[in-house]
Amino acid sequence: MGKKIDITVSVNGQARTLNAYPMERLLDVLREQLGLSGTKEGCGEGECGACSVMIDGQLVNSCLVPVAQVKGCSIKTIEGIATADQLHEVQQAFIECGGAQCGICTPGMVIAAINLLENNPSPSEADIRNGLAGNLCRCTGYLKIFESVVHACQQSTK
Amino acid sequence: MRAFVPSYQMVSPSSLSEALEFLSRGNSTWKPFAGGTDLMVLLEAGKLPHKNYVNLWNLKELHGTEVSDDRVTLGALTTYSEVQRHPLIQTEFPMLCQAAKETGGIAIQNRGTLGGNIVNASPAADSLPALLAYDAVIELISKAGQRTIAYSEFHRGYKEMELRPDELLRAIHLPRTVKLLTHYYRKVGTRKAQAISKVCFAGTAAVTNGNIESVRIALGSVAPVPLRCQQTERALVGKQIKRETISAAQAELTEEISPISDIRSTEKYRLRVSLNLLEDFLLRLAET
Repeated sequence: MGKKIDITVSVNGQARTLNAYPMERLLDVLREQLGLSGTKEGCGEGECGACSVMIDGQLVNSCLVPVAQVKGCSIKTIEGIATADQLHEVQQAFIECGGAQCGICTPGMVIAAINLLENNPSPSEADIRNGLAGNLCRCTGYLKIFESVVHACQQSTK
Repeated sequence: MRAFVPSYQMVSPSSLSEALEFLSRGNSTWKPFAGGTDLMVLLEAGKLPHKNYVNLWNLKELHGTEVSDDRVTLGALTTYSEVQRHPLIQTEFPMLCQAAKETGGIAIQNRGTLGGNIVNASPAADSLPALLAYDAVIELISKAGQRTIAYSEFHRGYKEMELRPDELLRAIHLPRTVKLLTHYYRKVGTRKAQAISKVCFAGTAAVTNGNIESVRIALGSVAPVPLRCQQTERALVGKQIKRETISAAQAELTEEISPISDIRSTEKYRLRVSLNLLEDFLLRLAET
């Protein structure tokens, strides 16, 4: 049997100490130990992107990261995106453009879109498609999502 | 059924030598764990029978790239994202860049590693035909010492490798010796992103006045291992690219590969596509 270990991390800017089995999925620890249930589980095998979070600024599938690997890292989840009184421009754009329908893919889609814009502030349509290729949506048909990202870019350059 | 996670152990050594110490404890008690993009999928599916893992992710000795006059060395934990960003890999080893770009989405590319891809030994892995066509050399390390072998000799059978349980893949060396004029990489899958390939083709060649001076061809998903197709290469070296040359090479390739029907494709389709890709590659060479 494995033993639980202590893992110190920063989650959405706050220092946290997790106590977990080393191969627990980061996804489960975020949801069940920290109550950060905005990060969703879709496929559980790295195909759908619903569980996307950022580790040290890099987009990852949290269902594929054993929690032992995030020791000392800085994690950002969907709960860390909006400030107390203001949505992030990508979130606002998803609302305005109808980028969210059932909502299960939305937190991951927003995280992936923000990660894309951090690396490439004015992406082409091909860049957007590539940046979101790891995030599946079964409702929107993607066009509203792509429009949301374009809209967010326009808002941020105003 | 999902695995019972408390039954798994993972240690996180702080140095490569400490990691090798764990691997050297007989009976394969400890196995290496890199980016997790394959092993975590197996864990979730309840198909990860081995329980004890050595976490390599934070070992700086396995990260990073080095460039010298005659080769580029990639640490085993070089991720697909790092491969794509490397300016020299972009210019000299474009097929590897393309393979990295077409493997999974960005979240996978940030976590999946070249070394993990090699040691996971899936015949459908996308970067492996590119490494074979670039004549990669791999460096293995253990407590007992280190050795280098040609990558083309590494895969011996389905998921069987020239790798002892106490050894770790430390680095991949790509020789810069040959000026290869044409690089041709094609992954054929169900969908452009995320999908695992049905057939993957990597070819490089030097052609002068329509004459093939040297050629290297490797395919994925058409044999129990990622396959360097030397029989087909021999049929091409020294030949002019003409219809007969293409047909002769296709006949050799038909003998050399052994595709199967499985969840992703059929034997017939894979054979047809492999032959078409070979033809497309050779026609591309004829244009140079």
